[in-house]
Amino acid sequence: MQSPEKAATVKNKINFDKWGYIFIAPFFLVYAIFSLWPLLSTFYNSFFENYMVGLAQVGPKFVGVENYQTVFGNPDMLKYLGNTLIMWVIGFVPQLAVSLLLAFWFSSPLLRIRGNRFFKTVMYMPNLIMAAAFSMLFFTLFADNGPINDIMMDISIIKEPFRFLSSAWATRGLVGAMNFLMWFGNTTILLMAAMMGIDPGLYEAASIDGATSGQVFRQITLPLIRPIMLYVFITSMIGGIQMFDIPQILTNGKGGPARTAMTLVMFLNRHLYSKNYGLAGAVSVVLFALALILSIIVFKFMYSDRDGKKAKAKEKAAAKAKAEAAALEQAEVLAQEGGPR
Amino acid sequence: MTAKIDGKRILIYVVLILFTVLCLAPFFMLIINATHSHPDIQKGFSALPGKALWNNLNHVLHNDNLPVITGLVNSMIVSVCTAALSVYFSALTAYGIHVYNFKYKTQVFSFILLIMLVPSQISALGFIREMMAFGLMDSFIPLIIPAVATPATVFFMKQYLESTLSLEIVEASRIDGAGEFRTYNSIIIPLMKPAFAVQGIFSFVYSWNNYFLPSLLLESKSMKTLPILIAQLRSADFLKFDMGQIYMLITLAILPTVIVYILLSKNIVGGIALGGVKG
Amino acid sequence: MLKGSKKATFKRCIAMALSLMLVVSVLAGCGSKKEESSGESTSNGGKVINIYSWNETVKETYEATYGKTHPDVKVNWVITPTEGNAYQNKLDQDLPNQDKAKADDKIDIFCLEADYILKYVDTEYTLDLQKDLGLTDEDLSEQYEYTKEVATDSKGALKGTSYEANPGVFVYRRSIAKDVLGTDDPDEVQKALEDWTKFGDVAEQASAKGYKMLSGYDDSFRTFGNNVKAPWVNENDEIVVDDAIDEWIDQTKDFTDKGYNNKTQLWSTEWSADQGPAGKVFGFFYSTWGVQFTLLGNALETPVEEGGKLEVGNGLFGDYAICYGPADYYWGGTWLAAAKGTDNAEEVADIFREMTTDGETMKTITQTFDKFTNNKKAMEEYADSGITSAFLGGQNHIKMFLDVAPNVSMENVSPYDQGMNEALQQAFKDYYDGKVSKDEAYDNFFDAVIEKYPNLSRADG
Repeated sequence: MQSPEKAATVKNKINFDKWGYIFIAPFFLVYAIFSLWPLLSTFYNSFFENYMVGLAQVGPKFVGVENYQTVFGNPDMLKYLGNTLIMWVIGFVPQLAVSLLLAFWFSSPLLRIRGNRFFKTVMYMPNLIMAAAFSMLFFTLFADNGPINDIMMDISIIKEPFRFLSSAWATRGLVGAMNFLMWFGNTTILLMAAMMGIDPGLYEAASIDGATSGQVFRQITLPLIRPIMLYVFITSMIGGIQMFDIPQILTNGKGGPARTAMTLVMFLNRHLYSKNYGLAGAVSVVLFALALILSIIVFKFMYSDRDGKKAKAKEKAAAKAKAEAAALEQAEVLAQEGGPR
Repeated sequence: MTAKIDGKRILIYVVLILFTVLCLAPFFMLIINATHSHPDIQKGFSALPGKALWNNLNHVLHNDNLPVITGLVNSMIVSVCTAALSVYFSALTAYGIHVYNFKYKTQVFSFILLIMLVPSQISALGFIREMMAFGLMDSFIPLIIPAVATPATVFFMKQYLESTLSLEIVEASRIDGAGEFRTYNSIIIPLMKPAFAVQGIFSFVYSWNNYFLPSLLLESKSMKTLPILIAQLRSADFLKFDMGQIYMLITLAILPTVIVYILLSKNIVGGIALGGVKG
Repeated sequence: MLKGSKKATFKRCIAMALSLMLVVSVLAGCGSKKEESSGESTSNGGKVINIYSWNETVKETYEATYGKTHPDVKVNWVITPTEGNAYQNKLDQDLPNQDKAKADDKIDIFCLEADYILKYVDTEYTLDLQKDLGLTDEDLSEQYEYTKEVATDSKGALKGTSYEANPGVFVYRRSIAKDVLGTDDPDEVQKALEDWTKFGDVAEQASAKGYKMLSGYDDSFRTFGNNVKAPWVNENDEIVVDDAIDEWIDQTKDFTDKGYNNKTQLWSTEWSADQGPAGKVFGFFYSTWGVQFTLLGNALETPVEEGGKLEVGNGLFGDYAICYGPADYYWGGTWLAAAKGTDNAEEVADIFREMTTDGETMKTITQTFDKFTNNKKAMEEYADSGITSAFLGGQNHIKMFLDVAPNVSMENVSPYDQGMNEALQQAFKDYYDGKVSKDEAYDNFFDAVIEKYPNLSRADG
C-alpha cells in the first residue's frame, strides 16, 4: 500500500523540490547576516585575549586555548551548571506535571470543564508580565517585611521574619516558582493544542469501552502528544540553560547567597561587563557544547523511547484487549483521515 | 458513580480557581501598587488601594522626558512586525523543509535545531558591533529583521505541520493548478492559524518585553520602546525615584499585551480545537 | 450556544474596558507629545550640543539655569538608563568613535557619577577643563576641593566639574537619643558619637533599650570607604584591601552578631520602613540630598502625595536631627565632563562656567531643588540668611553641611571603586548573614572583581 503512493510522490516532486531551497532561503540569509556572523566572531574571539580596562582595549592577542584553561580551571563553572539545573528542575517538573494535568482536563471531552476558556486564558497571563516586573513583585512579596512574612507571623508559623533571599534554597525555590508561574500556562496551551488535535473518536471509543480517564490519558493522550512534549521539553531545557532574567533581577545580579543561585548565563554576563570577549567567548562555547550534548541525549531518549513503547504495546496487545481496541480504532480513524504523519 | 464524578469535579474546580488566583495575583499587585505613592510602597506592600492613582498617572503621562505614548507606538511597531515576520517566515521555512525533498534536507533541519540551542546573550556584543558597522544604530531594523530567522518557532511549526498537515492537500492544490507560493499563502496559512496565533503571541510578548538589545541599539527619545522607558524611570535618582510611577508605567505597558492576548486568545484557545487537516 | 455567547460577551467587555483605558491614556498623552517634538534636535551645522546622561536630573538643572539664560542654544539630550550598565556601555561605544560621528552627533558633554568618574577622567576621551576649555583657577576657586580631586587625572589635569557637593552626616532620631543618651542636643550627641569606639558604646546602650543603632549592613560603608589610606589598586595592578575596609567588615559583623543593626539593605523597603514611624533605628548615614528628600519622604506617616502635611505630628517630622558623626565622608554627586572631539568647545566652556561655578546660579539651584551646591561663598551666604529646617527640628542644615564639606578628602579614589565597593558589599553580606566565613567572603570578593577587571590580581598577604 505504501510503495505505490511513494512512487507517485517521487514522480510529482521532481518538479517541485527546488522550491524547498527558495522557501528556506530567507531564513538562512537573515540568519547568516544577523546571527551567524556575530556568533562566529564570538567563537573566533574565544582564542584571543581581548577585553577592556575602563576605556582602554587590551588585546586582541592570540592566546590559543588559554581562555578554555581558565574556564575549566575554575571549579565554579560546575557549581553554576548545578545551580542552573537545580533551578530548572524545581520549575520544570511541577510545570510539566501541572500542565499535563490541566491540559488533559481542559481537552477531555468526558469532563467538559465549565469556564474552560476563561481558565485557559487566565493561566497564560503571567507570561505577559516582563521578567523584571515579575521579579520586583516577588521581591516585594517575600521581603523580610513583606506580606508573606507578615502572614506567617500572624498565624504563628514563625516568630522572626524568614529571610528568603538570604537562604540558598529559598532563593532557588523562588526562582523555580517564578519560572513555573510564568511558563505553566504556556506549556498547558501547547500541550492542549496537541491534545485537541487528537481525534475525539478515540476518546469516544475508549469511553464506550469503559476506560477510566487515567487509562485514556496513559494509553491514548500521552503517546499521541509526544512530538509536542518533545518540543516542550527541549524548549524548556534550552530556556533553562539560558536562564538569566529572573535570577538576575531577583538577586540583583549577585546570584543569591554565596552565588548559590548564579546561573551559567549570569556568569557569562559578568564577563560581558568588562567586554571580555575572549573569556566570554570561551564560556559561550562551553555553554553551547553543553546545550548540544543535553539536547542530543534528550532526542535520543525520546525517540528510542517511542520505538520501545511501540514494541511493548505489541507484546501486551494480546493481554490487553482494551488497549488493542483503542489502537485499532486509532489506526482506522487515522487511515480515514489520510494516513498518520 | 455520580458522587465520585462530582467529587472529582469539585476538586478540579478548586485546583483551577487556586491557579487562577495565583495567576491574577501579580496583576492585582501591580495595579494596587500603581495606586500608591512612593513613600507608601516603601513602607511595605499593602493589599488595599492607595490614593495616588491619578497622581501617578499624571506624572507618568505628563513627563516630557518620558514619551510614554511614543514608546507605546514604538513598542507596538517593533512587536507587531517581529511577530508577523517570525510566524510567516518560520512557517515558510518549516513548510519548505517538511514538504520538499531537497538535498541536505535533514542536515538543514538539524542545523536549525543546533542553532536553537545558542543562548542569545552569547552573540549580543558582536551583534551590536556589526550593527554599528552597518550604520543601523538607533533604528528598528536590527530589532525586526532578525525575526525572519527564529529557530525555535521553525521547530514548533515543523512539529505542528508533522502532526496536522497531510501532503495530499498540497498535491490537491497542485492539481488545481496553484503555484507553490499560492498554495502556501492561501491554503497552508489558513490551516496553520492556531499555530500562528500561539507563536504570534509568544514572539509579540517576547519582543514587547525585550530590554537588553533595544537598550543598546536605540538612543533618541523618539525611538525608545517601553522597557527602556521603564528602566529609565528605575534609573532615576533620589529626587525622582518613585516606585508608584514605575508600577504605573509597568501597568500601562502590560495593558496592550493583555489586549492583544485576549483578542488572539480566541484563536489560540478555541481555534486549536481540531487540527487543520479536517478543514 | 448560550454559554458560548456569554463567554464572548465577558471577553469583549474586558477587551473594551482595556481599550478604553488605552484610548484615555492616548488622549491624556497628547499634550506632552506636542512639546516633545520641539525639543528634538534639528540640524544646525554642528551647533547642537549633545549631552549624554542616565536620567533627567541634569537636564532639569540645565533648564532651570543655562537653558533659561540661553534659550537659543540647542541641546540634544541622549538619555540611557543605568540598568544593565547600559549607560556606560553607550559611552564606551560612542566616545572612541567621535571622529567618525557626524558633526551633529558628536558628544559634547557627558555626565558622570562619583563611583566611576575616574574610569573616564583618566583617559584621552575627556578634555582638560583648564588647558582645553579655558576655565581658570579663579573660576573654580569656590568649588570644594574634593569635587575637584575626584575629577583630576593622574597627571593633574581637571577633567570634570560639578554644581553640587554631597558631604555626609549622621542623622539621628531626637526621641531615641533622649531615651538613650538623655539629650537630643546635636552638640551633645556629636560628643557621644565622635569616634567609632564611642559609637559602639552608644550602640550597646541603644540595644539595651530595644533600639537598633543602624538599619543595615552597608549603612556605614561610605564612612569607612571614603577614609582609606590608599586606593583599591596599587601600581602593580594588585587589589589591596585597606585597613579601613577591614575595620568596616569587623565592625559590621560585630554589630550584626550583637543585634545592633536590623540586617536590611540600602534602598530596600525594610530600610525605608526603618526610617518611618514604625522604625526603631537610632540613626542613618546620609548626605545632603538624602536628608531633605529620601529621609523626609520615608519619615512621614501620610505622604505628601496623599494629602499629608509637612508639619510636626505627621510621622517623624521634626524628630530627626543632624550631627557630624564619627567620620567625614561624602555620598553621591554628578559631574560634567567635556568629550574630546566636541565641535562646540566654546559653548561647552560657557555652560560649565555658568552651571558649575557661578555663585548666583548655584543659589538658584539651591533655591529650586533644595540642593547643597558646590560653591563655598554662595552656600555661606545662603546659610547666613538664617534658613532652618523644620523637618530637623529647626536646625540650619546648610550650615552643618558647610562645616563638613571642607574635610572631605577624595585623594584615594580609583577607577575601580564602583566595581570594588559593589562586589565587597555583596560578598560580605553572606558573611554577615553567617553563610560563609570571612576568608570565603574574601575569596568570593576577589573572584567577583577579577571577573569585572581581568587585568587585576590579588595582592598577597
